[in-house]
Amino acid sequence: MKVCIIGCGAIGSLFAAHLGRLEDVEVWAYDPDETHVNAINENGLRLTGLSDIVVPVKARTDARQIPECEFGIIAAKTMYTRAAMEATAHIFRDGAVCSVQNGIGAEEIIAEFVPRVIMGTTFPAGHITAPGVVNHDTGGKTWISPFAPKPASMEEVRLLADTLIRGGADIVAMEDASGALWTKLIFNSASNVMGALTHLPHGVACDQPGVRRVMRALVDEGKAVAAALGVTLDSDPDALIDYGREKAYQHPPSMLSDVLNQRVTEIDALNGGIARIGKKIGVATPLNEAMTAIIKGLEYSWREDEWRNLKP
Amino acid sequence: MAQINRTCVVGAGSIGSLFASHLATVAESTVLTRRQEHADTLNRLGLRVSGKSDLKSQITASMDPTDLGDVDLVIIATKASAVEASARHLAGHFPNAAVMTVQNGMGCEEVVARFGDWPIISAVTFMSGIRHSDSHVEYELDTATWMGPWAGGTADYALVEQVEKLINDSGLKARAFQDLLPAQWSKLIFNAVVNSVAALTDLPHVKAFAERERFQDLGHLVFAAMDEGKRVAAARGVELFEDPWQMNVEATSHGQSGNEEYAHAPSMLEDVRARRLTEIDWITGAIVREAEKAGIGAPINASLYRLVKGKESSWSFNDPHKRKA
Repeated sequence: MKVCIIGCGAIGSLFAAHLGRLEDVEVWAYDPDETHVNAINENGLRLTGLSDIVVPVKARTDARQIPECEFGIIAAKTMYTRAAMEATAHIFRDGAVCSVQNGIGAEEIIAEFVPRVIMGTTFPAGHITAPGVVNHDTGGKTWISPFAPKPASMEEVRLLADTLIRGGADIVAMEDASGALWTKLIFNSASNVMGALTHLPHGVACDQPGVRRVMRALVDEGKAVAAALGVTLDSDPDALIDYGREKAYQHPPSMLSDVLNQRVTEIDALNGGIARIGKKIGVATPLNEAMTAIIKGLEYSWREDEWRNLKP
Repeated sequence: MAQINRTCVVGAGSIGSLFASHLATVAESTVLTRRQEHADTLNRLGLRVSGKSDLKSQITASMDPTDLGDVDLVIIATKASAVEASARHLAGHFPNAAVMTVQNGMGCEEVVARFGDWPIISAVTFMSGIRHSDSHVEYELDTATWMGPWAGGTADYALVEQVEKLINDSGLKARAFQDLLPAQWSKLIFNAVVNSVAALTDLPHVKAFAERERFQDLGHLVFAAMDEGKRVAAARGVELFEDPWQMNVEATSHGQSGNEEYAHAPSMLEDVRARRLTEIDWITGAIVREAEKAGIGAPINASLYRLVKGKESSWSFNDPHKRKA
């Protein structure tokens, strides 16, 4: 079996490493970072932390050098989904692509490019410590299911799940993973923006009663949208926020890291995604809209030459 | 009041420095400072104004009110959070003076009234300055200061007109109102949103604040939050003097047309950048409290308020992910 990881950052590398342990799977990776790609090709992909392995992965910055694959796993940041799929669509002429990206909206874009789509939600986390080296920070489940209107077959979803499980991943194949997806989406919509805007790690943010109230209000809006969509949540995202406080008190949400490094955030796939769907189905989400606009404004503040109206 | 011969500005930040320097052209101008070094500098160098005015004014300054003589008009220009300490410092002094408050937000007049029976003038100011040093202020936006008799006190409209004339004569802009509350509320709603959004986005008050085509646009949030404030005003029985949204559109069109570097940084943005406690409790917090009094919700303003409070709390927290310089 050939599998191509699209976006071999921290999350993509965790999946690549699981698959790379299997004799019968050829793992390819597409990533625009040349230093990272070269290091993987020279030394193999190395995981540290919770996992301690080195596996062979054929990494490429030029997707034309990658052969056709049965499966793709896309872990690119959501805002790069379209660019990544434009580059790699030819690899999956008869393949299925599974998204393990954050938030909501990437699957629709993927469906424009490939015949069959698998939706996914993943909880493990890691971070790149050096080119070709990824620290596996936390474990956790990944839920996958066919994605309508271009669903992969259930057999295909199970085959991908079983393969990853053989490689040591904790995967749940389902008829419909939207409950897990929305649970994580709503959790992230509250925890990420609060971290990004207050600069507080998750647990500390939770301990500010006012900030915690804003999180609860955001969760309530997300739950209303999910309910109107007919999605049954896996668990209460608000309880997940408290659970996160216990388990990851000092953890800076990824959007906080993005903001501290002035990197464009995934707001469009998180609060922006909830607000967009809310608008479409007639559920008011004023606070998710507000948070989207504030984060967009913050991103805009980094482009000083634009708001100062300076000519280039 | 027969004539205003002597004025005292309490708190010579950018706004206080603009008042003190300009008033020196029409009266004896004194400044009550918090630091001895500040008073020494003012006594030695006076106040220089650049920008919209070009002045070099002589100032009498001290940390002790008794050094400042018989003052007819006191302007308290400190941050809202420092008004109580300022008023306590003034207690028992300046028996013939009227006191004018120019703080952002609401509620400073009540605080001053607890420390003396001076006639109190409410004011809101739209001018802005950049304080370059203790002795140099740049006059940035030459918009007016609005004033009116505080309803809870003994100041009458004739007194307000007298102060209006003095300030206009000094080269600043002033406008007297029989009832300032509608104007105060207009500015409160405007400030509650513009200041908190600037503090959270790290953006000065730029054109994006008035762009609202899509829900992701900053102006969409500004509009929604101001609309919420307008509903609070209506529920409190206040008819606004100006539409805060129009004020926002107008303000963001200043100096933004060409190749200019002007972009006004609201005071709360400056506070946040310097990691100083902000005036959020008096501004956005006032909207939240007024909404509670009116028994209606103001969820967007409440969220902006809580986020700025959260941001303030991060400065005392030992953050391992220090912000880039």
